[in-house]
Amino acid sequence: MKDEIKLMKGNEAIAHAAIRYGADGYFGYPITPQSEVLETLEALMPWETTGMVVLQAESEVASINMVYGGAATGKAVMTSSSSPGVSLMQEGISYLAASELPALIVNVMRGGPGLGTIHPSQSDYFQATKGGGHGDYHLIVLAPSTVQEMADFVGLGFDLAFKYRTPSMILADGIVGQMMEKVVLPPQRERRTNEEIKRQCPWAVTGKEGGRKRNIVTSLELDSAVMEKNNERFQRTYAEIEKNEVRYEARFTEDADYLIVAFGSIARICLKAIEEARKEGIKIGIVRPITLWPFPYDAIRDAAKNVKGILCVELNAGQMIEDVRLAVSDSVPVKHFGRMGGIVPNPQEVLDALKKDFINPSDSKA
Amino acid sequence: MKREEIIKPENKVYSRPRLLDENVMHYCPGCSHGVVHKLVAEVIDELGLEADAIGIAPVGCSVFAYNYIDCDWVEAAHGRAPALATAVSRLHPEKVVFTYQGDGDLAAIGSAETIHACTRGENIVIIMINNGIYGMTGGQMSPCTLEGAKTATTPYGRRTDLNGFPLRVANVVSLLDGTCYVTRQAVHTPAAVRKAKAALKKAFLNAKAKKGTSFVEVVSTCSSGWKMTPDKSNKWMAEHMFAHYPLGDMKDTTVEPKGE
Repeated sequence: MKDEIKLMKGNEAIAHAAIRYGADGYFGYPITPQSEVLETLEALMPWETTGMVVLQAESEVASINMVYGGAATGKAVMTSSSSPGVSLMQEGISYLAASELPALIVNVMRGGPGLGTIHPSQSDYFQATKGGGHGDYHLIVLAPSTVQEMADFVGLGFDLAFKYRTPSMILADGIVGQMMEKVVLPPQRERRTNEEIKRQCPWAVTGKEGGRKRNIVTSLELDSAVMEKNNERFQRTYAEIEKNEVRYEARFTEDADYLIVAFGSIARICLKAIEEARKEGIKIGIVRPITLWPFPYDAIRDAAKNVKGILCVELNAGQMIEDVRLAVSDSVPVKHFGRMGGIVPNPQEVLDALKKDFINPSDSKA
Repeated sequence: MKREEIIKPENKVYSRPRLLDENVMHYCPGCSHGVVHKLVAEVIDELGLEADAIGIAPVGCSVFAYNYIDCDWVEAAHGRAPALATAVSRLHPEKVVFTYQGDGDLAAIGSAETIHACTRGENIVIIMINNGIYGMTGGQMSPCTLEGAKTATTPYGRRTDLNGFPLRVANVVSLLDGTCYVTRQAVHTPAAVRKAKAALKKAFLNAKAKKGTSFVEVVSTCSSGWKMTPDKSNKWMAEHMFAHYPLGDMKDTTVEPKGE
């Protein structure tokens, strides 16, 4: 069958992909630069086709708690927001993780801190990958760099969330959310029936039918000995995810003298910089982490074996660089280049930064 | 008459509700939660909703409601029960979803979720236990604490110039177009218990019939928080709480449900 190629924004692709995945519910609140997700869903009216519930909530706090309630019933539910809204969701995300519930959260990042700017940023890396809310937990964090990946990661995010019974996050940025590109949407899947959900999720709160024991979804446990066991169970899940689900893309690393590590949209700008550098005879490779958690430590360590330096390029003040340093310890110098506040560098700035740090350090006027 | 002649199934006039678990309740003597739990368990059973009722538990003393009432439950974050109930109800329109919350949970941190669930007219039951105090955390002032009442955070009595006025939540939600039934009840006397049960039954029937949001406030005691004996608590509640929170229906847009 011929692929159905569409031209659309990343945010729109998220909405289409959610319906086609057979998602049961979306609960969200408007915030720039991701409002098109909710707008597109409302315009497509999936409740009349697949039966998917779409609801504009009164706040991000309500959105994530609607997701929490929906996820507790075994339904495939999601929300999307941008940085300040995702900050508001952190309590609910912690509850989702603690109650071992599958759900999908999309963060189309904008520059912060505070109300910050509506322009693109990657400054929520720490929040997304190191927990974000209270307690010891992780999210599975997927970082799309294309509109195609925005669409693809909806299904992947849901699948991983259900596989491990833990929330997953698509950590996008304002560029990939707003940018229009061609995309092949996934085929339309049927939503699971209630009977299928009960078989797949015997823990779900679906009504105590057939005289079974009641199902209770809670994150509360006042017996510390039991709560420690719960935490140990969470950590075993995270260890499984770390073992099985690391994803990344490595390019031009075989002969590279230098390595760039970048995720999301900025990785594509770095690719252009690498192309330009090769014309000048500078061999740069790139590792693009696709899962930010679990982080591809091994892949970066392998790619860094023969390089003279690593440049970590991020739209922030240097967050992922901490994980890159953990990957290579002190074996290779690791430098950061980033722009903040919604500014996106061009390929030449990336290349200049790499040259300044590793090739012509004496040229630096700093 | 011999004892054996009296203790016979046909003479039985009352028993523990089938859906009230035998777990020993953690509630203090004199607390209203136990009675309201019993009523909720009875209503769910009598309406044949055992397989259809989904409860949303709050944060506070009744966080463990799921240990006592035998239906499926989700335990919400503080104040967020109406948001959870919204999603559960919309994703499972065939189920009957209810929240069980205290006044601290519902009227303070959860005020936005309450207002908007009621405004959308979600087909859910919201039960608010109003004892005018945060019981679980040790008796601090809640939005519903009466003027002059001493709590851990108003040790000299609630002052309206410092702490504002006690919030009449039922009055507020009765103004919202999405609510179909708003009532204020109590469980301090057998007559009051019977009325409260009828109100809860009506609320659950409304949810089943998709008539909108039903809001049942139960003015309640907190003997430990109020630092009174159970008997004194009931008397103090009737004398002081009912003056600010008068009992009765505030709104009923529904047709009287048929039945006994």
